[in-house]
Amino acid sequence: MKVLITGISGALARKVAVRLATAGHTVLGLDRRPWPDAPDNIEVFEADLRKRPAEDVFRLHRPDAVIHMGTVTHLSAATEERYRINLHGTRAVFEHGNQYGVGQTLFIGRHTVYGAAPDAPLYHSESDPPLGASTYPALSDLVAADLFAGSALWQWPEMCTSVLRIVYVLGPSQRGTLASYLSGPFVPTVLGFDPLFHFMHEEDAAHAIVLALEARLRGVYNVAGPQPVPISVLARVIGKRTLPLPEPLFHRALGKFGLPWLPRGAESHVKYPVVIDGSRFEAETGFAPEWSEKATMESFRWPG
Amino acid sequence: MFPGLPDEVRERIHQIDVPFNTYGLDRFGISRDTLAWFYGFLTPFYRHYFQIQTAGIEHVPKAGRAMIIGNHSGGIPVDASMVMTSLFLDMDPPRHTHGMVEKFAQKWPIVSQIFSRMGQLAGLPEHAVQLLESERILLVFPEGARGTGKLYQDRYRLVRFGTGFMRLALKTRTPIVPFAFVGGEEALPTIAHSRILAQLTGAPYWPIPPWVIPWPMPVPCRIHYGEPMTFEGDGNESDEDIEARVVEVRERITELMREGLEALELPIPEHLGMDLEERA
Repeated sequence: MKVLITGISGALARKVAVRLATAGHTVLGLDRRPWPDAPDNIEVFEADLRKRPAEDVFRLHRPDAVIHMGTVTHLSAATEERYRINLHGTRAVFEHGNQYGVGQTLFIGRHTVYGAAPDAPLYHSESDPPLGASTYPALSDLVAADLFAGSALWQWPEMCTSVLRIVYVLGPSQRGTLASYLSGPFVPTVLGFDPLFHFMHEEDAAHAIVLALEARLRGVYNVAGPQPVPISVLARVIGKRTLPLPEPLFHRALGKFGLPWLPRGAESHVKYPVVIDGSRFEAETGFAPEWSEKATMESFRWPG
Repeated sequence: MFPGLPDEVRERIHQIDVPFNTYGLDRFGISRDTLAWFYGFLTPFYRHYFQIQTAGIEHVPKAGRAMIIGNHSGGIPVDASMVMTSLFLDMDPPRHTHGMVEKFAQKWPIVSQIFSRMGQLAGLPEHAVQLLESERILLVFPEGARGTGKLYQDRYRLVRFGTGFMRLALKTRTPIVPFAFVGGEEALPTIAHSRILAQLTGAPYWPIPPWVIPWPMPVPCRIHYGEPMTFEGDGNESDEDIEARVVEVRERITELMREGLEALELPIPEHLGMDLEERA
């Protein structure tokens, strides 16, 4: 199968690419960022998804499947730019896919779309409303992109679309949303709150994406990792200390004193858990995380 | 491990029906250390302060899902923590009870953290289903927070029962163990409510006993468990059908309250088990 991966230069996307290439698929990649040491059997096109050269990749290479991993968070793009990438980029993937005969599209989304709130349940099912933007405005474009991808199921029913809502990814690459929150010597938390964090090893996440492609999943699926752990345990096991800040000071202290910066509203995700139920995905693909919560945290701590 | 805890609590915490991982945590975020601390703290209250008498504990299933349903009483809900302690101390092997916490408590720092480390999750139907399907014991007060807002003159009345618990029990095929908690109204008689303190804390009520500070007195209390009740159905019955089953549970709890009050030799109020609005 010929598979195009958008956002291929990201840490997780590279792992997916290598796995697919090893499994004998033809892998193409599209990204604005380079992948300097990409394996020879993976062809990477440096182009912006929303620009003409990207469409040419679809037109000339006619991939059978597209894995859209080209959405970004506050970490890599400013607000306006992020909206353009996440919303227009996602639309471009589906429109080009439809026009150039792509049979299958996977949208790689995030479990944070469910949002964190005091009255939200643990173990969200796929039918729970994605309320992420209600407490955390910086997630609104990711929620919209996720819902747009879901709408492909009725907009382009002849295309096999799946939306994967994956928990935080953690591993030796030390990349990703959670990794950047954990990057400093201290992990800022809100005093009096110790929510569960749900994450999985990056190799497990890459494996899950490959399984979803091979199983030709159709629909929206949660992809969960091993048992979630409280942020205090996560910090301790990776060899860091939490810095519990009273809530009124939390936002002011971020970005200073070596603490990571987080957008407004992020405190809801540091106060309340976002935990998902991945049993539907597991039942349909046979997926089971190979890395326990302990092994995942330790692989992040000691990347060597 | 756990210095300073009574041996009994230390032994029981390792027998409890919660599957912990290497870090002493379960999938709902329960921490073994927090549980040990919590039950260790409550044991003297259970044994000596309230001198809880427990009757009918054999009616609580030794394994598998169950819903424990009873009356709510006495300003500050000591009934919930004492029911939990009775399942921990008086059952062999001990069982852990999951309560359903009012949503306002999830916003309080520290408190919400402790609740979640003890598996006391926000009162949502999703949580109830998840816990029961994990074969846990769920404690539900169908009167809700309004049940704790009864004044002393209305003791052992029942406010209207919610019907959600019955639909959940039918949907998840869970046996219902009814119980009565008596003595709680005497431990913390509410003579008035403070609206200001309730608003400040976000709580639905702030009870004022004759001694002003809402701290319960050491009066003997009794937990009276009844035989499990199982109902046929799938949870999609009409409101009327559900209501009829709820009334059965409510009547059973009223009987248990009467038995409990008799055993404690407390006077039985004329309005026992009646609706708050109904006059005797």
